[in-house]
Amino acid sequence: MRRQKVLVLYLANSALDAPVVGWSVYDGTGQTLHMAGDNDQPPYRTGLDALKDGWRLFQASQLLPHEKGSEFDLAYLKYEFFFEQIVEVA
Amino acid sequence: MDGLPLLSAEQMASFVSRGFLRFDAAVPAEINDQFLAEMGEIAEALPGRRLREAYGEMMARAGVPEVPAGTPLDRAYAQGSAIRRLLDFPLVAGAIRSVVGEDPFFDGHFLHVTLPPAYHEGENVSQHTHQDSTIDPRQAFDLQIMYYPHAVTREMGGTRFVPGTHLRKVSEVALGRYQNIRGQQHMVCEPGTLLFLHSGIWHGGGVNLADRTRTMFKVRINPSKSQQRQFDVATLKPQSAQRPIFYVKGRLPAGVEQILMTPEPWFEQDTGRLEFVNRIKLWRYLTNDPTYDADYWLTRLENLAEA
Repeated sequence: MRRQKVLVLYLANSALDAPVVGWSVYDGTGQTLHMAGDNDQPPYRTGLDALKDGWRLFQASQLLPHEKGSEFDLAYLKYEFFFEQIVEVA
Repeated sequence: MDGLPLLSAEQMASFVSRGFLRFDAAVPAEINDQFLAEMGEIAEALPGRRLREAYGEMMARAGVPEVPAGTPLDRAYAQGSAIRRLLDFPLVAGAIRSVVGEDPFFDGHFLHVTLPPAYHEGENVSQHTHQDSTIDPRQAFDLQIMYYPHAVTREMGGTRFVPGTHLRKVSEVALGRYQNIRGQQHMVCEPGTLLFLHSGIWHGGGVNLADRTRTMFKVRINPSKSQQRQFDVATLKPQSAQRPIFYVKGRLPAGVEQILMTPEPWFEQDTGRLEFVNRIKLWRYLTNDPTYDADYWLTRLENLAEA
């Protein structure tokens, strides 16, 4: 049986080797439970470090032009990278 | 209400930059004790007891009044009640006046009670990080006061918040995907601690892993009049010139500009600059000075090169 573990990293710019500013972990094996505020230290220094540790990148946020008139409006974190590991479970 | 201890320009600049002001152990013990007595005993944590059931019983019994939204704040609570005494305490009244101005309205309040593990074993009860209310595109803003009447340890999962997120226009818990953000803070405090929050700040309640219940009271307050120049403007130093930028040979002096231009650990490299721009815009609003700038960010953009 295989299950997916998901790591989401938010980076300081669009480069995968930029520093991590936010992170989330969702463990489909059920072996660990992660939740809001559970760790003040990022699991990796950069997105590239996650790749080196065996995480597979499967989605990255797009770079979109800034709409005229709302160039200074900020909302959600901009540089979001989704990684996965497929884990064999008993 | 003359003679209130108003916030200084530097305190106000810190609120503009980071979205919060914290006052540790500021409320006298007698008000804390009265508050806890008025809230009543929280039922003991019994294994298997339903969280919702315990919460419902507590809300029905606690001494928090039902108050219509939009009530003038000075009529929201009975004279002599702990919450009235808290709001009338000079430090609190002065900070409210500084942030939302005269004659503010009561918006809403809640008694946040976070129960020990016996109530929630095996469940994820850390509240997703969110911004209260809904998308709020105003330059004006509301004040939220969080009051911690008893000591909060790290194990008790005190309020988590992310300094500097308050100027982002998001839709409540749409950002719940973010579990951890660099620079997030968790309230660990002495009894009588207060957190004054800009209504836009991202926050959430943590998991209580201690064996005692954690209690926090939150009230949201709306301005009814101008929010401009309500702090102690006598502490506002005139700005004679812009500071040198980028190429500086040493540490720049402390002051409003330095506060407004200090980034948070989670700032993205490009949007961090937009955060500075938005802080300057909010400072212009609060000081009613449409020409104010820090580190030339808006002067450069407003130079239309017209005769």
